[in-house]
Amino acid sequence: MPILEVKKLTLRFGGLTAVNNLSFDMDENSIVSLIGPNGAGKTSAFNCLTGFYKGSEGDILFQGQSIFRQKPHKITKLGMARTFQNLRLFKDMTVLENVMSGMHSRTSAGVLGAVLRLPSQRQEEKKIRQVSEECLDFVGILDKQDRLARNLAYGDQRRVEWARALATHPQLLLLDEPAAGLNHDEKDQLVDLIRCIQKDLGITVLLIEHDMGLVMKVSEKIVVIDYGQKIAEGTAEEVKNNPKVIEAYLGKEDEE
Amino acid sequence: MVYSVGFKDRVLETINGKKTRAFFLSLLIIIVVLLPLGVNNYVEEVMTNTFFYIILALGLNIVIGYAGLVDLGYAAFFAVGAYTTGILMRYGLNFWLTIPIAVIFCVIAGIIIGGPTLRLRSDYLAIVTLGFGEITRITARNLKITGGASGLVGIQRPTIFGHKLYQITDFYYTFFILVILAIIVSLRIYHSRLGRAWQYIREDEDAAEAMGIDPVKTKLYAYMIGAAFGGVAGAFFAVKMTAISPETFAFTQSAMILLAVILGGMGKIPGAILGAVFLVFFPEIFREIGQMRMLLFGILLVIIMVFRPQGLWPERKS
Ligand SMILES: Nc1ncnc2c1ncn2[C@@H]1O[C@H](COP(=O)(O)OP(=O)(O)O)[C@@H](O)[C@H]1O
Ligand SMILES: [Mg+2]
Repeated sequence: MPILEVKKLTLRFGGLTAVNNLSFDMDENSIVSLIGPNGAGKTSAFNCLTGFYKGSEGDILFQGQSIFRQKPHKITKLGMARTFQNLRLFKDMTVLENVMSGMHSRTSAGVLGAVLRLPSQRQEEKKIRQVSEECLDFVGILDKQDRLARNLAYGDQRRVEWARALATHPQLLLLDEPAAGLNHDEKDQLVDLIRCIQKDLGITVLLIEHDMGLVMKVSEKIVVIDYGQKIAEGTAEEVKNNPKVIEAYLGKEDEE
Repeated sequence: MVYSVGFKDRVLETINGKKTRAFFLSLLIIIVVLLPLGVNNYVEEVMTNTFFYIILALGLNIVIGYAGLVDLGYAAFFAVGAYTTGILMRYGLNFWLTIPIAVIFCVIAGIIIGGPTLRLRSDYLAIVTLGFGEITRITARNLKITGGASGLVGIQRPTIFGHKLYQITDFYYTFFILVILAIIVSLRIYHSRLGRAWQYIREDEDAAEAMGIDPVKTKLYAYMIGAAFGGVAGAFFAVKMTAISPETFAFTQSAMILLAVILGGMGKIPGAILGAVFLVFFPEIFREIGQMRMLLFGILLVIIMVFRPQGLWPERKS
């Protein structure tokens, strides 16, 4: 059974159809990329998957269960995590506190536990801290855990977002242009990291990315969309030589 | 000038040092504990009143400071607490047993106001909470059980370990203990999973939701806990005053508490305390000049808000 099945997903904003009849599947523990020219509807599709936009038609099955038009926090709890195209950190909180947010849906201590400092609550707090530190270590910025998120270099802020998403213990991780704004070395590290996320953590990854080199390197499958519609699907080789894809990209570049 | 800058840094460093902080805090507690030995009833009364507003300010601080919500009708919760205790005691229930019931009623009131409205934008929420405060007051005015416009009178004094809480000194210490409890509860909640969730939502609601935090539920908790603070304060208020009337819970009351929190600096416990102290002390200190003092008070508030919009208590810089 595929971990994710997108079925005829359509999203309309008034007259504009941002996602049009989009269907694709993702196998468990695979890396799939969603690519397409600017404004093709990639982020909109992501937002439908994660519940931030309510799709107009279609269905989305996550581990066999429909998550279509569900609330974002419920989808996260089911095991799907995301990052944002434009960084959305909790800027005035520390790096560690940022990552600790990911553990929220995996913990349960309430008001009484906090007020009475019950042993179970203290145990849980310790666990939250420990998991968050592991996630920070995994993305390589454990030494910066006490800094305010806003004071970090851009590349490190990106890492905080990845760590934060990993702290939710996802089965499926959605990365929206994670390489945007990164330098060459950081991009190489990102490739390694995505592979580690897949191999060591056993997480399935759906990637939106503009850097074709990176996409070709890591993806097992690529889905290409333009004007919200799927125009191609396949391996890097298949997609690269697909005339529709070439046209979509060249056509767009002429306009810009 | 160079010297003064260095000096200021050093002073700030000393004030913020952990040891000095603990020292000043202990000193403050000792002074407050010993104060009734050396002052007259009037000062004790003012101090008790201050403690009372500190508790309310800390409660409202959870709603507007921690969770970043609006509430222009906070006095309603304090009214629900006071009336619950007053009415139940009239039916012969022991004061201490009325407290949990008052808290439960307040929490329910918090859910009633928060549940349907939290999905609204904050400007609508302001209007709804304002309306809720007024509805509560007007309801109290018109119900028989709440004693109508004249309110409840002759509320019994409570006893603890055989000792009747009667004199102002008794209430001075009772409210002081409540202040300490309110601070501990605030701190513990703030440094917990729930406290962090409020911060995440305040910083970026979408990102918080992407992390699996339910914004509506989390905000509702703020209303519920803030309401519980108001309920406890209201219950003790009822037995201290022995009489309560609807006008005690007018909009000006909500505005006072709101002012204390904003003046001190939202989200900071020392700020809420300082705000409450300022609000109670100022009109007392300038009692001589009569009505003019409220004018002066208003002008001073405007000046403070213009020059220190972040509140009186300095922000911690990291
Ligand atoms: N909230 C929104 N309201 C209206 N139009 C939107 C909204 N979000 C995205 N769009 C439109 O949907 C189209 C797809 O945008 P987007 O999904 O961000 O593209 P991509 O991520 O592929 O660059 C664009 O034309 C964009 O203007
Ligand atoms: Mg995009």
